[in-house]
Amino acid sequence: MTVLPALPATGCRTAPVLRERGQREVFCGLTGIIWLHRKMQDAFFLVVGSRTCAHLLQSAAGVMIFAEPRFGTAILEEKDLAGLADANTELDREVARLLARRPDIRQLFLVGSCPSEVIKLDLQRAAERLTVIHAPHVRVLNYSGSGIETTFTQGEDACLAAMVPALPSTEARELLLVGALPDVVEDQALDLLARLGVGPVRCLPARRSGDLPSVGPNTRFILAQPFLGDTHAALMRRGAQPIAAPFPFGAEGTTRWLAAIAAEFGVPADRFAAVTDGPRARAERAVAQVAERLRGKSVFFMPDSQLEVPLARFLTRECGMTAVEIGTPYLHAEIMGPELDLIAAGPTISEGQDVDRQLDRVRAARPDLTVCGLGLANPLESEGLSTKWAIELVFTPVHMYEQAADLASLFARPLRRRALLGAAQEAAE
Amino acid sequence: MKLTLWTYEGPPHVGAMRVATGMQGLHMVLHAPQGDTYADLLFTMIERRGQRPPVSYTTFQARDLGADTAGLFKQSCMDAYERFKPEALLVCASCTAELIQDDPGGLAGRLGLPVPVIALDLPSYSRKENFGADEAMLQLARALAKPMARTDHVSCNILGPTALGFRHRDDVAEITGLLSDMGIAVNVAAPMGARPSDIARLGAAHFNVVLYPETGESAARWLETHHGQPWTRTIPIGTRATRAFIDEVRGLAVAARLPDTARLRQPWWSASVDSTYLTDKRVFIFGDATHVMAAARVARDEMGFEVAGLGCYNREFARPMRTLAKEFGLEALITDDYMEVERAIEAVRPELILGTQMERHIGKRLGIPCAVISAPVHVQDFPARYSPQMGFEGANVLFDTWVHPLVMGLEEHLLTMFREDFEFNNEAGPSHHGGHAPRPMGLEGAAQPAAAEGGSMPPEDAPLPEPVVAASGEVIWLADAERELKKIPFFVRGKARRNTEKFAAERGVWQISLDTLYEAKAHYAR
Ligand code: SF4
Ligand code: SF4
Repeated sequence: MTVLPALPATGCRTAPVLRERGQREVFCGLTGIIWLHRKMQDAFFLVVGSRTCAHLLQSAAGVMIFAEPRFGTAILEEKDLAGLADANTELDREVARLLARRPDIRQLFLVGSCPSEVIKLDLQRAAERLTVIHAPHVRVLNYSGSGIETTFTQGEDACLAAMVPALPSTEARELLLVGALPDVVEDQALDLLARLGVGPVRCLPARRSGDLPSVGPNTRFILAQPFLGDTHAALMRRGAQPIAAPFPFGAEGTTRWLAAIAAEFGVPADRFAAVTDGPRARAERAVAQVAERLRGKSVFFMPDSQLEVPLARFLTRECGMTAVEIGTPYLHAEIMGPELDLIAAGPTISEGQDVDRQLDRVRAARPDLTVCGLGLANPLESEGLSTKWAIELVFTPVHMYEQAADLASLFARPLRRRALLGAAQEAAE
Repeated sequence: MKLTLWTYEGPPHVGAMRVATGMQGLHMVLHAPQGDTYADLLFTMIERRGQRPPVSYTTFQARDLGADTAGLFKQSCMDAYERFKPEALLVCASCTAELIQDDPGGLAGRLGLPVPVIALDLPSYSRKENFGADEAMLQLARALAKPMARTDHVSCNILGPTALGFRHRDDVAEITGLLSDMGIAVNVAAPMGARPSDIARLGAAHFNVVLYPETGESAARWLETHHGQPWTRTIPIGTRATRAFIDEVRGLAVAARLPDTARLRQPWWSASVDSTYLTDKRVFIFGDATHVMAAARVARDEMGFEVAGLGCYNREFARPMRTLAKEFGLEALITDDYMEVERAIEAVRPELILGTQMERHIGKRLGIPCAVISAPVHVQDFPARYSPQMGFEGANVLFDTWVHPLVMGLEEHLLTMFREDFEFNNEAGPSHHGGHAPRPMGLEGAAQPAAAEGGSMPPEDAPLPEPVVAASGEVIWLADAERELKKIPFFVRGKARRNTEKFAAERGVWQISLDTLYEAKAHYAR
């Protein structure tokens, strides 16, 4: 029988939320393109925006230049704004050129930005028009990754939500796994589900457009990423039913996530135990080893990827850390509910940001570890505070059993490093 | 509308941030959406700064657009003043804010803050990063520089260094030392390292030294007109240019002494016999115009290289760039499209690239060694050690860093002699490079996991295109010639292939045999 750790007497679901509306220090949704274009291997992401948007993508990608990337920016110029050039004609021309050069592209996403939205460039109509022009070879969709509407990971949400209405219909009872996962993680999840006897299982997004899932009233879907609120709503509009669960981070998270699916699909308890006991025990052992360094330490989450709540749950329940503040750019009550139930009351839950005031709180609390964006990490380190850059959590395989210890290591490494350098310094003195 | 995959320059407000971040006691309020805060990481990650850039962003959202973005801007200015108590406030709009036309300058000006408020007008849809930096420096000088008596003792200002500049930190130190050796004091170095109160006393200097025209020339011109300060035109990169710079400075400061040159080693390093192998190495040079023009002269006159192609990404300097190219018998490539640069490099097939981090990647793909000489640069181009590009120590550094990626002289001969040796073969690359050997052209390029160097992305595993064999079109390599070509060490193979094809084409020969190969070799022998 599978026995899960007990819930805390009082969780955080009803805890008061500190809502802030000051300066935010987060990426915009365009950033999602950096992992989405790797996941969808026949898709191209064309941002319609400014030089700033192009520069953001390049900077967030670590300024990595590998061959020709499957994303680019159509940079608006003065003549587009002054109405001297018809932006739509220009866009059609750039798209035609691009598709001619990249015959491997089957899906094209026109991605809106702040400038394209402020000048009210209708990318929806552009996508419809371009779909007609380039059918059947290429399907053109659009979504907004703009900073005035989306924060960091919400870009993926907007992208997937834009795909949902175009998915074919089905009456089949299928499980849909939602969220872009690294292939290695996705394969592990599919393998576990197959051994549980759950199926057929489809994925959104699919690696290739030919494998796009169908959706309908008998579809049951589960989110693999916590930031997919709009996609969640779009799937429900297609009649699909969600499976509520904590997210598959850590041994417990993965078990509860799988258990929720198993319950929906009527997997017998002994089969569930037979399939999950082994990997779960292995994950627990591995996490426990890494957690030695984390036990008793405090952690402060600056808002960034919306992974903050599930990660805080993992660190507090499986690694023995205490959370001081769990900041998140946006708190989706329904999706985060199962996670908040698991976190013992205590930490401040904050939504939105006023970065200077939040940094004051960090300095006052002097947590052992602060999870924050790249712009804040070195400044905090230079004040003697250990940090973990949040963006790595989005780019690294961290879901499911076999990555549970890797996830813990991401948090342990900065502490280990500080200890190493500190010890060396002491020895030298 | 123009499709862009990678850019050499960011938007103009990033240039303004480079000025603000280099300075002390100045704060900048940028009217911009939240995503634009990514710019902080350029400074904190790439340059490893331990402080946040002194920039507050209004981070307006869609829901603010219909409401009161102007109010939000004013609030941000007041909050920033309260919290940071700067000596002066710089205000400007990013590309999105430019569209909503809130007039940051007017709004901030009416707040009655007790410090100067300097507004920047940055046209985001037509200009770029260097313009933004240059303009910010100009406006700071205009707003803050006071009429002032000259210092008793001869002094100058250093203009142009900014945060995130390529080796600016060390160049300023080197040139300050050089000037002090000559008996000239530096009154103010700006913007990097200066406070607004220092900008106020720019006028006390006798003349200005402009190290980076891209980011300092407008201020120098304005100071010339309004404060009567002449300024230096020579960029002291390389031995000769440094000497010319010294002459120019002595023209402006008559009593100046000649500096000590004991530390200058580059001329002898270049003349010593081991460097013979550097003769006529074909180099392709690309970057910002100032660094490219200086590097081209050093490459030709101080290293004995052959400049095979050159160009710059900043159109503002197209004219001097073209003039210099003509002097080299070349056509300058003026573009900010890195794919165009890649095509040019592929066509020229140089033995060495001197470029930016973009060209480093191009070089990696094509298996051509590359040394970085210009922004934009990545984290590894901000070394812990002292490593200027300018002055005499800069000349030493240039020699070392340009030669480092190449195969050493004697090693080159050994490779030719033992090219069939299974261990000591030409695919191994320079022995002093460990695993980081350049790959031969045409083999799969070395895409490395980004995480290795602070980049966050897993590598793109897309297959690399095979280089087109005959750039000229129909020339065909016969099998024995092709086999022979493969025996030629990789670092000269590109040249051999190119020369042979050219030789053949000039003679109307469309099939290259073993004979053609060696005919060509004889023809090009020097
Ligand atoms: S916040 Fe807006 S303008 Fe800035 S990079 Fe993102 S989409 Fe572009
Ligand atoms: S990690 Fe490799 S590819 Fe990326 S910048 Fe460094 S050297 Fe270039």
